[in-house]
Amino acid sequence: MNTIKIKRGLDIKIGGKAEERLSQTIMSKEIAIVPDQYVGLAPKLAVKEGDQVSIGTPVLFDKNHPALKVVSPVCGQVKSVVRGERRKLLSIVIERNDAAEQRADMPSLNTKSADETIAVLCELGFSALIHQRPYDVVANPEVMPKAIFVSAFNTAPLGADYNFVYKDEAANIQAGLDVLVRIAKTYYSIAPSTCSELRNMKGVEVNEFAGVHPASNVGVHINHLNPVNKGEVVWTVPMFAVALIGRYANTGKSDWMQTIAVAGPKVKTPCYVKAIGCCQIGSIVKDNINADENIRIINGNVLTGLKATNEDFLSPMADCVNVIAEGDHEDELFGWMMPRFNKFSASRLYCSRLLSCLSPKKTYRFDARMLGSERAFIMSGEYDKVFPMDIFPEQLCKAMITRNIDKMEQLGAYEVAPEDFALCEFVCTSKIETQKIVREALDFMRKELE
Amino acid sequence: MNFITKMFDKMEPTFSEGGKLSALHSLYDGFKSFMLIPNDTAKSGVHIHDVNDSKRTMIMVVIALVPCMLFGMWNTGAQHFQAIGVEAGFWMQFWFGFLAVLPIVLVSYIVGLGIEFTVAQWKKEEIQEGFLVTGFIIPLIVPVDTPLWMIAIATAFAVIFAKEVFGGTGYNIFNVALVTRAFLFFSYPSKMSGDKVWVRTGDAFGWGGEAIDSFSCATPLGQVATGTQPDVTFFDAFMGFIPGSVGETSALCILIGAAILLCTGVASWKTMLSVFVGGALTAMAFNAWGPADNAAAQLPWFMHLVLGGFAFGAVFMATDPVTSARTETGKWIYGLLIGFMAIVIRVLNPGYAEGMMLAILLMNIFGCLIDWCVVQANINRRMKRAINK
Repeated sequence: MNTIKIKRGLDIKIGGKAEERLSQTIMSKEIAIVPDQYVGLAPKLAVKEGDQVSIGTPVLFDKNHPALKVVSPVCGQVKSVVRGERRKLLSIVIERNDAAEQRADMPSLNTKSADETIAVLCELGFSALIHQRPYDVVANPEVMPKAIFVSAFNTAPLGADYNFVYKDEAANIQAGLDVLVRIAKTYYSIAPSTCSELRNMKGVEVNEFAGVHPASNVGVHINHLNPVNKGEVVWTVPMFAVALIGRYANTGKSDWMQTIAVAGPKVKTPCYVKAIGCCQIGSIVKDNINADENIRIINGNVLTGLKATNEDFLSPMADCVNVIAEGDHEDELFGWMMPRFNKFSASRLYCSRLLSCLSPKKTYRFDARMLGSERAFIMSGEYDKVFPMDIFPEQLCKAMITRNIDKMEQLGAYEVAPEDFALCEFVCTSKIETQKIVREALDFMRKELE
Repeated sequence: MNFITKMFDKMEPTFSEGGKLSALHSLYDGFKSFMLIPNDTAKSGVHIHDVNDSKRTMIMVVIALVPCMLFGMWNTGAQHFQAIGVEAGFWMQFWFGFLAVLPIVLVSYIVGLGIEFTVAQWKKEEIQEGFLVTGFIIPLIVPVDTPLWMIAIATAFAVIFAKEVFGGTGYNIFNVALVTRAFLFFSYPSKMSGDKVWVRTGDAFGWGGEAIDSFSCATPLGQVATGTQPDVTFFDAFMGFIPGSVGETSALCILIGAAILLCTGVASWKTMLSVFVGGALTAMAFNAWGPADNAAAQLPWFMHLVLGGFAFGAVFMATDPVTSARTETGKWIYGLLIGFMAIVIRVLNPGYAEGMMLAILLMNIFGCLIDWCVVQANINRRMKRAINK
C-alpha cells in the first residue's frame, strides 16, 4: 500500500464538530427529488402527480441518456411536481407512507460484464450518485471509465467521520467495491486514521493519503494516482453510493438510509442522525439549532454545500448538514486593522496560525460573511498552498474566466471539480468566487465539446 | 458602533443613485468599507471565508514602509543641516525632514486617490486599495527637492496610463510607483539626477536655512558614475547616513520592512532573496573579471547591495505580486534577472548611475513570459502523459 503525503492544504479550525453519537432516526413525511442536485442531468419526468411509487421506482430520467434514472428512495405517492420559471423542474415531492415495498421488477446485481453492471446500476438509480471527470457531472453510462475512485475518509471541515458512519458496514462496502471492480480498476483511498474494518478491502487498489484537507478529495487522488487525459473518463463514487450498492448486493434490498452529521457552531448538540435519503432538512435540524442570531443552514459542508432552508431537501451527495451564523448584522469597526484574535486566517497577517501552534484545539468564530470585497487577482501563490495537485490553479482559473477551452484543456481542466477549488476560494484575499467560476467553465466546456 | 452604523445608514440615500450626492458614491462607499467591514454574506461557493482581505494586506505593506519613511524624514533633515553647516538636534532634523517630505506625500495621495475615486465613480465600481501602497512609495523613491507639480503630473500619468487603462488594481503590467519615477526620470532628468537634487538646500515652510549656491552633493552611486569610488563606509551606507532618494538610503530600515513583509507572508521570500543573490553574484563577477578602470565594476559587491535603490527595489518593488512573476519557479528566475540587470545597467551603462528602476520595469514585461515558460512546462508534461498512454 502506498502512502501519499498531502502537505499543501488547510485544516480550518471551526467549532461544532459532530459527536460520535447517533441521536435519532428521521423519516420525514415528505421527501423530494431535486433535479438540480444531480449536476449535468437533463431531467425528464417519469411520474406524474398522484402516482404511487415504491422504493426504486424511477422518478426522473436523463433526456440525453434515458437509461440513467433517478429513483424514489421511499414508498408513497407523488404529491406535487414543482416547476419554476420557464417550467424548469424544481422538485418532485413524494409523500411517504410507512410501507417499505420495493419496485417489483428490481434487477439483480449478479452481473458479469461491465456493460451489464452499468445497466443494472442505472436501473437501480445508484448510478445517479456516481460522478465522472471530466466536468464533474453525473456519469455518462455510455462511456466506459478507465478507473473508479472511492474515498473512504473525509477531511472536510465539519464533514461526517466515515469511520463512525461506515464502520459497521464494512461488508456492504466490500460488496459495493466488488460490483465496481467489474466495471473498471477501482482505487480505494484511506487515511492513516481509517479504522481496521475499512482498511483492508479486497480486489481494489488501496492507497493511503495522509495530511490535511483536501487529502480526502477524490480529485487529489485522481491527480496522484491516475490523472485524466483528454478523451479519458474516470468515475468518482461517494462512500454512500458504495454502501448503497453493497447493501443491495448483499440483501437484495435498496436501503436509502443515510447517516448524516449535524454539525456547526450554531448546532446545539452536534451529533449524527440516521435519515432517509432526500428528506426535509427541517426534520434533521429541528430543535437542534441555536437561533440567537440569523443563521445559515447548509445542505452539505461549509465549503461545498448549498445554502438551504428548513423546507429544502437533503442532497444525495451530502454527508452532513452544517449550521453557522449568517453574520449579516455584525459590524466591525476598522476590522481590517484590528488584531481579531477570535478570527481564523490561513495567512500570517492575523494571529490564528500562531495561536493554533500554541493551542491546537482552539476553534475560531466563523460566519457567512465574505469579510472583504471582491477584487482582481492580486496576491500570487495563495491558491498553490492549498491545492495539492500538479496543476496551476490560478492560471487554470484565469483560462476558465476567459473561456479559453484550449488553455483549460492544457492546464488540466479535465481533472478538476469545483470542490477542488473550495479551499482556494476560502483563502482568496481577493474574495473571488472560484467554485462558481469552475462550475460555469466546466459546463461551458461540456456544452462546447460534447 | 451602532452610532456609526446608523450614521452610514442615514447617509446612504443621499449618496445612492438619485440622491443629492450620488456623484460622490464611490467616496462614500470607500469610506464606509474603510470604517466598517462589509457585512455581505457568501452567495455561492464556500460559506465561510478567511478573515484576510486586500485592505489588511495593503496596510501591512504600508506598515513595513513606515521605518523607511521615518528614517527618510530624519535623514532629509540631517543632510540639510549638514549642507547649511548648522548644528541641529535629532528632533529638529526630524521635523525639518517631516515638513520637507509631507507635501510630497500629500500631493502623491491627493492626485492618485483623486483619480482612483473618479475612475471608480465613472466605472460604478468600488474604490480599490492599491494606491494606498503606491502613494506611500512614491515619496520614498524621489529626490526630496523634486517640485511638487512634477510629482503631481507623474503620479497622474502613472495612475492613468500604467494602471487605470489596463483595468485598475490587479491588472497593471508595470509597477505604478516605478512608472511615476521613470516618468520623472525621463521627462525631467535635471531634477532626478546629478549632484544638486539629493539634499534639500532651501527651507521647508520657512524653517531651516539656505545652503550656499554652489553646494553640491552627489550620491555615492553618482560618484561611482563619474569614475571615482564613493567616499562612504559600508556602515554609513547600511545605516543610511548618505544622500539619496528619501526612503531608499537606509538598508537597515528596508530590512526591518523586509522582516515585516516576510513574517506576515505578504511578500515572496523567493523573489526578495533571488534579487539579492542575482545582484550579489553579478557584482562579484564584475569584481573578479570586470574592467579595472570601471569604478562601478570595481565597487565591492556588498556596497552594490546597500547603495542606491537596490535594497528598496528588491524588498518593496520586485515583490509587488501583480507585476512580478506569479509562479513559484518563475519568482526565482524573475528575481535573479532583476538583480543581474540592475548591476549590469549600473556597471555597463555610463548614462545611468542607478539601474534598479529600469531592471524592475524591464522584468515587469518579462514576468509574464517567465510564467508562460513555467506553465508551458506543466502543459508539456500533461501532453506527454496523454501521448504515453
